[in-house]
Amino acid sequence: MATTTMTMAKALNEGLRRAMEKNPKVLLMGEDIGRLGGVFRITDGLQKDFGEDRVVDSPLAESAIVGTAVGLAIRGYRTVCEIQFDGFVYPAFDQIVSQVAKLHKRSDGAYLMAMVIRIPFQGGIGAIEHHSESPEPYFAQTAGLRVVSPSTPNDAYWMIQQSIEHDDPIIFCEPKSRYWEKGEVDLETPPAGLFDALVRREGTDVTLVGYGASMKTALRAAETAAVEGTSIEVIDARSIAPLDIEVMAKSLEKTGRVVVVQESPHTASVGSEIISELTQRCFYSLKAPGLRVSGYHVPYPPTRIEEDYRPTVDRILDAVDRVMGFES
Amino acid sequence: MIDEELVQLLTPEGERVENSEYESTLNGDEIFSFYRDMVIMRRLDNESTSLQRQGQLALWAPMQGQEAAQIGAGRALAPMDFTFPTYREHGIAWCRGVPPENMLRLFRAVSNGGWDPQKYRHSVPTVVLGSQTLHAVGYAMGIQRDGAEEAAMAFFGDGASSQGDVLEAFVWAASFNAPVVFFCQNNQWGISTPSTVQSKIPLYHRSHGFGFPGVRVDGNDVLAVYEVSKRALDSARVGGGPTLIEAYTYRIGAHTTSDDPTRYRIDAEVEVWKHRDPVERVKALLVREYKVKNADFDDVAAEADTMALKLREDVLAMSRPDPITMFDDAYAAPHPLIEEGRREMIDLGISGGEL
Repeated sequence: MATTTMTMAKALNEGLRRAMEKNPKVLLMGEDIGRLGGVFRITDGLQKDFGEDRVVDSPLAESAIVGTAVGLAIRGYRTVCEIQFDGFVYPAFDQIVSQVAKLHKRSDGAYLMAMVIRIPFQGGIGAIEHHSESPEPYFAQTAGLRVVSPSTPNDAYWMIQQSIEHDDPIIFCEPKSRYWEKGEVDLETPPAGLFDALVRREGTDVTLVGYGASMKTALRAAETAAVEGTSIEVIDARSIAPLDIEVMAKSLEKTGRVVVVQESPHTASVGSEIISELTQRCFYSLKAPGLRVSGYHVPYPPTRIEEDYRPTVDRILDAVDRVMGFES
Repeated sequence: MIDEELVQLLTPEGERVENSEYESTLNGDEIFSFYRDMVIMRRLDNESTSLQRQGQLALWAPMQGQEAAQIGAGRALAPMDFTFPTYREHGIAWCRGVPPENMLRLFRAVSNGGWDPQKYRHSVPTVVLGSQTLHAVGYAMGIQRDGAEEAAMAFFGDGASSQGDVLEAFVWAASFNAPVVFFCQNNQWGISTPSTVQSKIPLYHRSHGFGFPGVRVDGNDVLAVYEVSKRALDSARVGGGPTLIEAYTYRIGAHTTSDDPTRYRIDAEVEVWKHRDPVERVKALLVREYKVKNADFDDVAAEADTMALKLREDVLAMSRPDPITMFDDAYAAPHPLIEEGRREMIDLGISGGEL
């Protein structure tokens, strides 16, 4: 097995490089992605190697980045759009929701809207406003789209390639606070399918589901809980839409208790959907109501206090205590 | 009356006009075929309005008054060009070969599109204003990467010209020198909003601020629209970059069959524009210059009537789709929620379809 250690940023860069080498129809487009290599350097060096026609430094207009990717898709190109930050995706919202999501249907299948819209999301980097948001529930709710999020360098390397090869449009949410953390990357075999959830840690008392940057916090919470004698099974959803609910249900049948962790506010969120689906499927196995540990229902706070907004180990453990202490 | 820079080759009375930049290259047979297209489109347009009034269509967006703008541009296109329409481009769809009954599937509410856009190289209608201009620019960027001598043509109206997407499309087309022609039909009204509210300058002047040429053409003069469109498309195909064409015309009818224009505009204005009718001026030219006989005009009218009758039959034959078809092509690849929805619909007996 050929594995190598790299950061998530490098893994994404290598994944993009490999996809571009494999398919000449793959283009990258976004703001500052060429000479600069992107504000997070995810596309570093790719314009030098693949040229300005394939790594397109775009004018600063998100609706146009996505809208022109639609036209390129009609022409048979697969564009990977980079949205610089989560809070900047909203100018493109109309193109994503009204065009990207619907044109395959509207054309009775004649158009493939094969494209990937990369969005660095979630907080934790101490940025100013609009740079730390979790917009994934908006897209998860939209029929025609698929939404995924890697949490490790290995997933980043493989999921970006699987997304580019997929024929439906993919909203690709990158946990920007994890860009610089290293991990093992297997260069030969993908860890799973693009829409598969994975059990990251086995346990017997509580099922803890998360995605993106929340995974690291969830795993830390599981370690702490283990010391205190509670066995937590940690599941990385990986795909937010569609959800791999089978893997979660199988775990819940075993534990009887579920907590979902996410950075978005909890109303109408991915966590809401996970708990609703699991309650429906596993009602008689439940020992406690499912709980969500989320961001609060406020605009993302100034980042001096963001760690009191984002789910922490303590808040996750508090929810674990509550589901463990629940008596019917 | 309008702008001194307006390109016009044929007056409303059907007399030829000298223009320093453009001259008509069409022969009598070609002009007659343009006339035929316009008559057929007017007839089908009227038939569609009738079908809506009789409860057979959910809605119709009439194009009366804009026949020359659409046939002139549509006939200037080459087969390999690709067009991006709104919901009113029936004349363009006609020129691209889309069967008329397919144009009405959207309005019969049996489809959200209606035809195979790759087959006709004519995209499906975009209802959200201006979105398609970006699609055209992106498509044009694909043409550049393929090294093809083709062009994309984006259609929109004076109302959509205020949309951010249209202005972003202008920026991108200029930045990448994309082979795209922006064809704006200024029909003077965005439902009840006059074009003067959309722009304080002539719309075609806008392109200058973005760094590419703009032309205002008499949108009711099919000869002029054809020449202006052809030159812009020819230029785009060989690396000349984008052009904005403002076809200055008028929406004689309502915005759609749900609209009542008597609430916001005066009859006298409509009467003025009826005197600039795009079909009559070509007919006058054909009579005077090419001695076309009444019998030939009658033949076209009869042909249009026959097509209208067929259109009516085709529309009435469009039945309610099986509800389970709503799941078709929602995604290109298998999706668990699609399977779940199909299964539920079959279990509940809503559809006779099969999984």
